[in-house]
Amino acid sequence: MRAFTYQRAESPQEAAAAVAARPDARFIAGGTNLLDLMKVDVERPGHLVDISRLGLDQINATPEGGLRIGAFFRNTDLASHPQVRRDYAVLSRALLAGASGQLRNMATTGGNLLQRSRCPYFYDTAMPCNKRAPGSGCAALEGFSRNLAILGVSNQCISQHPSDMAVAMRLLDAVVETVDADGTRRDIPIADFHRLPGETPHIETVLNHGELITAVRLPAPLGGHHSYRKVRDRASYAFASVSVAMVRGDGVQRIAFGGIGTKPWRVEAAEALSSPDAIADQVLADARPTDENRFKLALVRRTLTAALADHPAGEGTR
Amino acid sequence: MKFDKAAGPNPTDAKKIIGQPHDRLDGPLKVAGRARYAYEFHDEAPNAAYGFILGAGIAKGRITALDVAAAEKAPGVLLVMTHENAPKQRFKPGESSPQLHNPEIYHYDQAIAFVVAETFEQARAAARLIRVDYSREVGSYDLDKARATATVPTHYNGDNSDTAVGDLDAALASAPVTLEVEYRTPSQSHAMMEPHATMALWEGDRLTVYTAHQMLHWAKRDIANTLGIPQSRVRVVSNYVGGGFGSKLVGYGDLTLSALAARQLGRPVKVALTRAQIFNHTSQRSATIQRIRLGAGRDGRLTAIAHEDWSGNLPPERAGNTGAPSENACFQTRLLYAGANRMTATRQARLDLAPGYAMRAPGEAVGLLALENAMDEMAEKLGLDPVEFRILNDIQHDPEVGPERPFSNRRLVECLRLGAERFGWNRRNPKPGQMRDGDWLIGYGVASAIRDNLVTASHARVRLLPGGRLRVESAMTDIGTGSYTIMGQTAAEMLGLPLSAVEVRLGDTNFPEAAGSGGSWGANSATSGVYAACMALRAKLAARAGVNAEGVSFADGHLVSDGRRVPLADLAQDQEIQAEAGIEFGDLTKTFAQASFGAHFCEVGVDRYTAEVRVRRMLTVASCGRILNPKTARSQCLGGMTMGIGAALMEELVVDKRLGFFVNHDLAEYHVPVHADIPDLDVIFLEGDEDANSSPLKARGVGELGICGVGAAVTNAIYNATGVRVRDYPVTLDKLLEGMPIPTI
Ligand SMILES: Cc1cc2nc3c(=O)[nH]c(=O)nc-3n(C[C@H](O)[C@H](O)[C@H](O)COP(=O)(O)OP(=O)(O)OC[C@H]3O[C@@H](n4cnc5c(N)ncnc54)[C@H](O)[C@@H]3O)c2cc1C
Ligand code: SF4
Repeated sequence: MRAFTYQRAESPQEAAAAVAARPDARFIAGGTNLLDLMKVDVERPGHLVDISRLGLDQINATPEGGLRIGAFFRNTDLASHPQVRRDYAVLSRALLAGASGQLRNMATTGGNLLQRSRCPYFYDTAMPCNKRAPGSGCAALEGFSRNLAILGVSNQCISQHPSDMAVAMRLLDAVVETVDADGTRRDIPIADFHRLPGETPHIETVLNHGELITAVRLPAPLGGHHSYRKVRDRASYAFASVSVAMVRGDGVQRIAFGGIGTKPWRVEAAEALSSPDAIADQVLADARPTDENRFKLALVRRTLTAALADHPAGEGTR
Repeated sequence: MKFDKAAGPNPTDAKKIIGQPHDRLDGPLKVAGRARYAYEFHDEAPNAAYGFILGAGIAKGRITALDVAAAEKAPGVLLVMTHENAPKQRFKPGESSPQLHNPEIYHYDQAIAFVVAETFEQARAAARLIRVDYSREVGSYDLDKARATATVPTHYNGDNSDTAVGDLDAALASAPVTLEVEYRTPSQSHAMMEPHATMALWEGDRLTVYTAHQMLHWAKRDIANTLGIPQSRVRVVSNYVGGGFGSKLVGYGDLTLSALAARQLGRPVKVALTRAQIFNHTSQRSATIQRIRLGAGRDGRLTAIAHEDWSGNLPPERAGNTGAPSENACFQTRLLYAGANRMTATRQARLDLAPGYAMRAPGEAVGLLALENAMDEMAEKLGLDPVEFRILNDIQHDPEVGPERPFSNRRLVECLRLGAERFGWNRRNPKPGQMRDGDWLIGYGVASAIRDNLVTASHARVRLLPGGRLRVESAMTDIGTGSYTIMGQTAAEMLGLPLSAVEVRLGDTNFPEAAGSGGSWGANSATSGVYAACMALRAKLAARAGVNAEGVSFADGHLVSDGRRVPLADLAQDQEIQAEAGIEFGDLTKTFAQASFGAHFCEVGVDRYTAEVRVRRMLTVASCGRILNPKTARSQCLGGMTMGIGAALMEELVVDKRLGFFVNHDLAEYHVPVHADIPDLDVIFLEGDEDANSSPLKARGVGELGICGVGAAVTNAIYNATGVRVRDYPVTLDKLLEGMPIPTI
């Protein structure tokens, strides 16, 4: 960790302006990802802008019948919120499948969406990594890639998006609300929020430097059965090898995947299909696994089959 | 006191305090945060400066240029040490730990610079300003490739790298049922809770190190050798140690560099390794490849047993003070089962990774992963129940030597029978894939456990203080195992005092040299040292009371002789009475084969869709001689079982075979079991176990037995659940998927 200065912003716009003013400035929310990366010298901000006191820790109903979740609303609080548990159970389950109780107590909605890669080479400054040091190469492509992505990969980077919460957000068609230094607000559909690595894996979202997430908005509830099935190498406290988020019933079938894509993965066209194999074939059509993570092809198919078996279509209770 | 013939009746037999499940004496201190670990001696080493070790970013080669100018100018920096300016040190493989003594890179994350500053953050930030140029060399990182060049190791567990009895080839050729299989186990990290840490303090030419270490007289020897000073000028303190599992049997960069820098700066220096550094800077359990060949008659009696293993390590001159031992995975195979024709062979290849070294039950822990799976495979070939197959091949003497070397006490069959009964083994369907619970495929597995019983010299001082309290002092360590408690129990029993009247002080080389914690020899040896000291004190007390030492007994705080009762407090009224003595072991471990035994029974569930494995319950039945404290012994077994489950299902240091290092160097990616992975575990110690040939306490080692064989019970259960036999540890779900049909819906 290098020496840095610290500022507590008073309003969202002021926070945005403070970060926009310095290329080496970062927002700090729960700090569970940023501080870790600073300690291992991957992130080297010279200035931190604390967004904990901007009133972004609220959750409110929207006129459309949905929910607006403040960017600083904690993961634990979100998972246990009665309306989330009732109407957006897939989100609650995805959150509870992630990290640990201590981390969720600190982690925030905005920070979770923006958590960075879990590729081990990204964490080791002695190793080549295009995401950390653009142009240095990708050590994982022919190295340890067992848990990395099979979809949306490029020759520059194959890191999977590690968030569980974001998979549920993708499924629910969440909208990310932001503000920037001059007060301009924009709404970004979650599908457009994360970028594929392409030639620039170090650019992970469509946010501009200094653009602050203020809230994440959920549309009106979908009904249906909600499930989040996360498969990993131990019973808890591990990132997904494969996860399947599903809402099914009440005339709805939506499926999103974690652990396999360079961003939260969803193929809307496949959702009209009914057999697990047909869905998997379509979702995996462009998959580019390494030898080490080829097993994810089979695992996606199997986890999907299990999730569908758990929730036969046509039943409408959550 | 020399222990060279079987122990007769002695005062510990009363078992009023010994053998009782006393809570750990250090428990309240630890819960309250008052037990001080190596990094916390703020009063003794005040105003300490902080050191940070910069590790090599390549696996093999040499440093060609170093630029430390920016680091030296960084805020708070007091010293930047590199091979260019480090004080001269001495090197003796296996008995010293020089750092920064040359520009060569032996393995990734080896120390290449050491920065000392006013704060930890300053030291760490400055270290990252150091620029290094390397010339890289091609290294050896792939055991499979290096295997062909493996040779007889120079340093191994046990007495021989190769053994052979009878005519193995002929026996295999004529056996009606044979098996030949190859198993692989990966490198593992000790992953103990407390990182390696040291605070070093010089007073004149005398050095004190507060360090996290299992074996204080080794630490003292190694640091004295490295610095080229007499051992008499070194004091090592390790009052409490947060786990070690073998990793802390030797010292690393923190120990040597803090001592060097503290001398140069004239100020205490403290260093703790970061969690990431533990994986590549320190040591690890070497990966193995193991080939097992078995031959048996149709009756299930083994006629041939062959076990060969290959592991890798650095050459000794590059392996610091570890000495570069081989991972002798064959060791237990020499003793565990009958079979007239047998061989073992251990080979070691060169690997340029972090030094391979002792980790909990070195040898057996991985050897049994292979052997006990092979036994399961063989039982199936023979159409025998795996428990019965093991019982059939039990043997009561050293199978390499013959009846002239019997086991001192071997109750493996009882462990297996009692375990089978308590576990409900008869509910197991021998045909794989037949038991179901919803989407879970259920399987049962069994494995035998054996761990050699090691003993070593150990000394203690016991002091009866004015007022009648007793103090025990010894350089023994307590690495979370319960040494304080059982040594206190021993002294209390020997002098007829309640445990509350005994204080135990450990972990300081100012106290008499002790066994230390390693190889499961600690409990048995260190309590025997206390026994010897207490016998000497009893004689002194008898003399003080003016009675004959023969026939005197101690009970309820009194010396009792011929009906006379003298309060101990009266004997030490004006002046304390103390005695110092130790135990030395003769050759009873040669006369008798000595080992602890056990049997593990495991039930797993395997998700029929995703192949996720969950251990559902596990039972271990153990025979470890007298159990000195059932509570601490049980905890040792539970820890070993947990670690064994980790070895079976998830623990693996992943080698990047191009770049030459362990890639998953943090606890987010190096997986050990979390609470949710560990279900109901149960431990039973056989009743009435006493081993008079082991020590005056009649105990044997417990700590490592707990891990031996556990993983094989898990993987045998996985086979029973799925019909898939994975011979490459750990058994992660990707290795099972292919063999499991996809359920249709
Ligand atoms: C050991 C471990 C295990 C974990 N396991 C899982 C898991 O299984 N599943 C899972 O999903 N996650 C897991 N996590 C990740 C965890 O969910 C994230 O660390 C957490 O959600 C990040 O939130 P935060 O508020 O602490 O973010 P911070 O660390 O504060 O910030 C992260 C990034 O987001 C930026 N940022 C934060 N808020 C805003 C905002 N409002 N606008 C713009 N930028 C912002 C920061 O500048 C920073 O770059 C794990 C983490 C750890 C350490
Ligand atoms: S996969 Fe991405 S994060 Fe990993 S090494 Fe390659 S570029 Fe870096």
